[in-house]
Amino acid sequence: MTRTLLENARLIDPEADSITEGALVLEHGKIAKVLTQSTDITEEKFTAVNSVDCGGALLAPGIIDIGVKVGEPGERHKESFKTAGLAAAAGGVTTIVTRPDTLPAIDTPETLEFIRRRALETAPVNVLPMAALTKGREGKEMTEFGFLMDAGAVGFTDCDRVVTDTKVLTRAMSYARSLGALVMGHPQEPGLSKGSAVTSGKFATLRGLPGVSPMAERMGLDRDIALIEMTGVKYHADQITTARALPALERAKKNGFDVTAGTSMHHLTLNELDVADYRTFFKVKPPLRSEDDRHAVIDAIRTGLIDVISSFHTPQDEESKRLPYEEAASGAVGLETMLPVLLRLYHSGELELPTLFRALSLNPAKRLGLPAGRIAEGAPADLVLFDSDKPLVLDRFKLRSKSKNTPFDGARLQGKVLGTWVAGKRVFDVNA
Amino acid sequence: MRFDHRHLLGIEPLRPDEITTILDLADQYVALGRRREKHANALAGLTQVNMFFENSTRTQASFELAGKRLGADVMNMAMQASSIKKGETLIDTAMTLNAMHPDLLVVRHPHSGAVDLLAQKVNCAVLNAGDGRHEHPTQALLDALTIRRAKGRLHRLNIAICGDIAHSRVARSNILLLHKMENRIRLVGPPTLMPSGVEHFGVEVYDNMEEGLKDVDVVMMLRLQRERMDGGFIPSEREYYHRYGLDAEKLAHAKDDAIVMHPGPMNRGVEIDGTIADDINRSVIQDQVEMGVAVRMAAMDLLARNLRAHPKEVMA
Repeated sequence: MTRTLLENARLIDPEADSITEGALVLEHGKIAKVLTQSTDITEEKFTAVNSVDCGGALLAPGIIDIGVKVGEPGERHKESFKTAGLAAAAGGVTTIVTRPDTLPAIDTPETLEFIRRRALETAPVNVLPMAALTKGREGKEMTEFGFLMDAGAVGFTDCDRVVTDTKVLTRAMSYARSLGALVMGHPQEPGLSKGSAVTSGKFATLRGLPGVSPMAERMGLDRDIALIEMTGVKYHADQITTARALPALERAKKNGFDVTAGTSMHHLTLNELDVADYRTFFKVKPPLRSEDDRHAVIDAIRTGLIDVISSFHTPQDEESKRLPYEEAASGAVGLETMLPVLLRLYHSGELELPTLFRALSLNPAKRLGLPAGRIAEGAPADLVLFDSDKPLVLDRFKLRSKSKNTPFDGARLQGKVLGTWVAGKRVFDVNA
Repeated sequence: MRFDHRHLLGIEPLRPDEITTILDLADQYVALGRRREKHANALAGLTQVNMFFENSTRTQASFELAGKRLGADVMNMAMQASSIKKGETLIDTAMTLNAMHPDLLVVRHPHSGAVDLLAQKVNCAVLNAGDGRHEHPTQALLDALTIRRAKGRLHRLNIAICGDIAHSRVARSNILLLHKMENRIRLVGPPTLMPSGVEHFGVEVYDNMEEGLKDVDVVMMLRLQRERMDGGFIPSEREYYHRYGLDAEKLAHAKDDAIVMHPGPMNRGVEIDGTIADDINRSVIQDQVEMGVAVRMAAMDLLARNLRAHPKEVMA
C-alpha cells in the first residue's frame, strides 16, 4: 500500500475547532499520522511513495452530503452515479448519502442492492444510500427496515412527501427505534403548504404566486417532535429554514431527544427575492425564505443548533425548469458548487472555517456513526484540499453533473477545490 | 411623451408619466370610437395574435376590436382546445408562433409569470391580458381612464377595492397603478381573501364594508372568483353577499358622488346588487367596457411605434 505525504497544508480540524499548519501521512486508506508544524518531516518524506506539496492551502475532512438525489433508477438522463460522483469529487464531497425519491422509490433490498452495485462500479466517492420510510413513499406501510439495513441503508425517509397518517408514522418510528435506525423527516405541515411555490408575504403577492406560511415548517417540526417524544426514535430534520422553527428545535434538544437538524446551502446563501422575475432555477423545496430567516439559520449553524449543511443536490433537466414558475420542477444541483458557495459566509465573516466543516463533515459523520469527518490518526483518509480565496465566475455548462440547474450561474465566487482524496486515493486534481 | 417598453407585461415597470401617456392617447381613441367611421391605421400591415390559454370573452373581444380599429390583421387562437392538450410546452408553442412573425402578441395564461416567460422567447411585442393572479395591466389602465374621466383627476382620491383581493390580478395591477398615481387605497374584504404581506403595500385594510367605504370617491368591486376557489374561503355566497355585497345601504357610507366600478363579468346578488350595477348615476361599469377598447388601442399603438423605431433592439 502506498504511503502518501500531504505536506505544507493548513489543517482544518472541526473537532478541535482550529486551523494549524501541518502535514498528513496517509496509509491503508486512513490518516496514519497528523504532523504539526514543529515536527521534523524529513523521515516521512523519505518513506513516502507520494509526496504532495499543498502550497499552504487548506486541508479539511471531506464533505459528507446527506440527501443527494441521483437519477438512478429511473432518471439517468438527469444524473447517473458516475456524473454525480465526478461532481462530488470536484466539489470536495467524499461521501454522498443518497435519497430514495427515485423512480421507482428505493423501498426494497433488491433496488437498494442495484444502486449500491451501480455506485460501486462507477462513482469515485463513497455512496451511502437511504431507503424509503414507507413502501412507494405512499405513507401507508413501512418498508423492510431490517433487510434494508442489512443491505446497507443508513437512514429512512420519504423525502419531501410528509407521512400524513400519524399512526403509520408512529409505528414506523417505533419499529425504527428498535433497530436503532435513523429516520429523516421533512418538517412541513402538508395542508398548509399544499400547492405553494414560494414563501407567503409581499414578494409572493407581488408575483401572484401561491405562498406557504413559514409557520408550516414549525408545525411540521412540532408534530414530529411530539412523535419523537412518544417513540424515542433517532431523528434528523432534513431542512430547517425558518426562524420560527428554531425554538422548537432547541427545546427538543434540551429535553434530551435524539434529534438533529440540517439545512441547505441555498437557504444559507439566497433569499426569496432572488427568484426575481420568475427564475425557476431558484425554485427549491422548501421555498427560499426571507432575509431575516436566512440570518437566523446562519446563526443556528454558528451556535450548533442546526447540525448539518447539505446541498440537497437535485438534478433537473432544462425542460422541467423552462415552464411557468408554478409548474416548474423544484430543486437545484449543488455537489460541485457547495463549498465555493458556502465560502461566501466565511468571506462575509459570518462563519469560521472550522464551524463550516463541523456542519459539512464532522456532524454528518457523527449522525451516521461514521469514523470520517475528522482530522485524526485512524480516521478514513477522505480529504478536501482547497484555496479559500481564489476567485471564479461560475459557468453552469462546465459543471460535471448531467443537469445544469444551478441558481449560481454567472455568480462571482471565491474559493476553489484543488484536490480530493477518498480512502487515501486522489479522486480529483484541479491540475489534472 | 415617452413610453420606453418593448412589452406591456404589467403595471409594475411603468412610470407615472408613461401611464399618463397611455391614458392621454386613449382619450383620443375614445373620441375616435364614438364616430361613425372608427378606423385608424396605426397598426396597418401588422399582425396581431390573441392567444388565450384561459377562457375569456370580453377581454379577447376588446383586444380584437382594438386591433381591427387600428388596421391590424387579427388572429384569435383558442389555446385551451389546441396543442396544449396534446402536451406541447408553452415554449414550443411560443417558438412555433414566433416563426409566423407576428408583431403583437396578446396573451392570457392561468399561471403567474407565464406571459413573462413567453415574452423572453419571441421577437414581437407582448401584451399581458392577465397571467394567473399576477397582473392584468390593461384592466388597471382602463379603470384609471374611467376614474380620470369621471372624477376629472387621477390623484388624491380615496379608492376602495373590495372583495376577493387574494385571487385577483385586477386588484394587484390596480393597487400598483393607483399607488404610483398617489391615491389613497383601501382594501376591503374578509381576511381569507386578503393576500399575504398586504400590510407592506401602502394600503389600508378593512374587513368591514361600512368602515371601508366611508367617504371614498371610488368603489371598485371585484368578481368573486368562484372558479379559482379551492373552497373554504367563505362560508357561503349568501353570507358573503350579506357582509360584503355592495348594496344601497353600504354604498350610502361612500361620498354622495362616489362611482361604482366592476371589471365584469358580474355575479349579481353575490358581490353586487343588480340595481346598483344598473344605476346610471353611480355605476360606470359600461364606461369601463368602452374605455377598455380605447386603452388597448393606445397600448398597442405605443408598442407598435417602438417596434417600428427599434425593430431589433431589446428594451425593458
